[in-house]
Amino acid sequence: MIGARSVEADAPGGRRGGRIVRTTGLRLAMQTLVLAMAFSVSGYAQERLVPAKGGLEAKLEYCKTCHGLSGQGYLGYFPMPRLAGQQPEYIEAQLRAFIERRRSNPVMRNVAHVLSPSMVTALAMHFSHLHPPPFGGAPRGSIATGKRIYEEGLPEANVPACSACHGPEGKGQNEIPRLAGQVYQYTVGQLSGWKSERGQGTAVDTSAIMAPTAHNLTRSQVEAVAAYVSYLQ
Amino acid sequence: MKRIGLKIAILAVFATTASNPSSWAGESAAVRNCTWCHGTGAQGYTVAPRLAGQRPQYIMSQIRSFREHSRNNPFSKQYMWSAVAALDPHTARDLANYFATIQPKPANDGDSTLASRGRTIYMDGIPEANIVSCYACHGPNAEGVRDIPRLGGLSYSYLKGRLEQWGQGYHSTPGSPMPMVATHLGPDEVEALTSYLSFVR
Repeated sequence: MIGARSVEADAPGGRRGGRIVRTTGLRLAMQTLVLAMAFSVSGYAQERLVPAKGGLEAKLEYCKTCHGLSGQGYLGYFPMPRLAGQQPEYIEAQLRAFIERRRSNPVMRNVAHVLSPSMVTALAMHFSHLHPPPFGGAPRGSIATGKRIYEEGLPEANVPACSACHGPEGKGQNEIPRLAGQVYQYTVGQLSGWKSERGQGTAVDTSAIMAPTAHNLTRSQVEAVAAYVSYLQ
Repeated sequence: MKRIGLKIAILAVFATTASNPSSWAGESAAVRNCTWCHGTGAQGYTVAPRLAGQRPQYIMSQIRSFREHSRNNPFSKQYMWSAVAALDPHTARDLANYFATIQPKPANDGDSTLASRGRTIYMDGIPEANIVSCYACHGPNAEGVRDIPRLGGLSYSYLKGRLEQWGQGYHSTPGSPMPMVATHLGPDEVEALTSYLSFVR
């Protein structure tokens, strides 16, 4: 019988020991550095540190763990949207919406809550400059339908052309998000659950614009548009 | 250790002689070759993790990573590389689908006093320390999805070993975010998380 003790002894002990010491040393040095910088700037530290280089790098890695190593999005238990190439104003507005509970998302509320305004700006700028290829994987059967809805809308159903606001190439502008290359499952989820996800709380929200549009699209139309934009570069 | 070595030797003999995908059944030789180490009912045994209730796509992706030698921690190297060498893709898929249907039992072997702390880290992460929420990928009940594994109820020692191995530079599926996740976890967080998960049903 093999007990837990001998199991642990079988792990590559020497190697592990060495790396842990090194990591701890590095981490300590980083913490000291960050603290020292914070103290020299403001005289007090804690809670919200200025985004020193190290702080920004670590936070970017944290974001990319879920949003994809190049910000191209990722499919976890929930679809994580593409942030790469996204409009900085949109990212900032959404992070505020999570904090103010206008956008319901248990994970992102906690994530957004600890970000200082200057960190939010730095993160948004970084992601806006990334341009990895789309995440891909959307069904291709209804792309042509999606393109037509995107460019012409559905006049009979009072759905305006998406391109009117999101741009002919889906790049967005200011607080209007880029849709090009967005993860298919994410776009489908947002458009089919607009009322439960966006514009929560009492404050008026720019996302309200989308409510009637999302409401008038059928499920298959939502899927067609989401598939079309997911392949835009 | 010796006994597992012997089991592997026998398994290797089985794997090369007794694979017969046409007579597929729960009691087939291919299943027995797995449960020999992974425990009765595939509920896990010492270092061999529970397979019962695991996501079939995850089992298949791990079999691939053993075959391609990309999952390269010592136990994988020692046991699984040879165990899957003679496994054809068709049998691998059948095995994965079979194990996925078995009702998993929680290992319950963590420290129960750490479970609530572990649950908080699982659900929320620790944003201040750049520790991500596990929930976002592994699901509200640690049930996993597609090729993202079920973690709920896996044994404390297996989960702890896996989290530590990523920090030590061992790999599994190429492109997995887990090495990045694991390097941010300190020993206390690993203890709390793995304790919590061992009790999840």
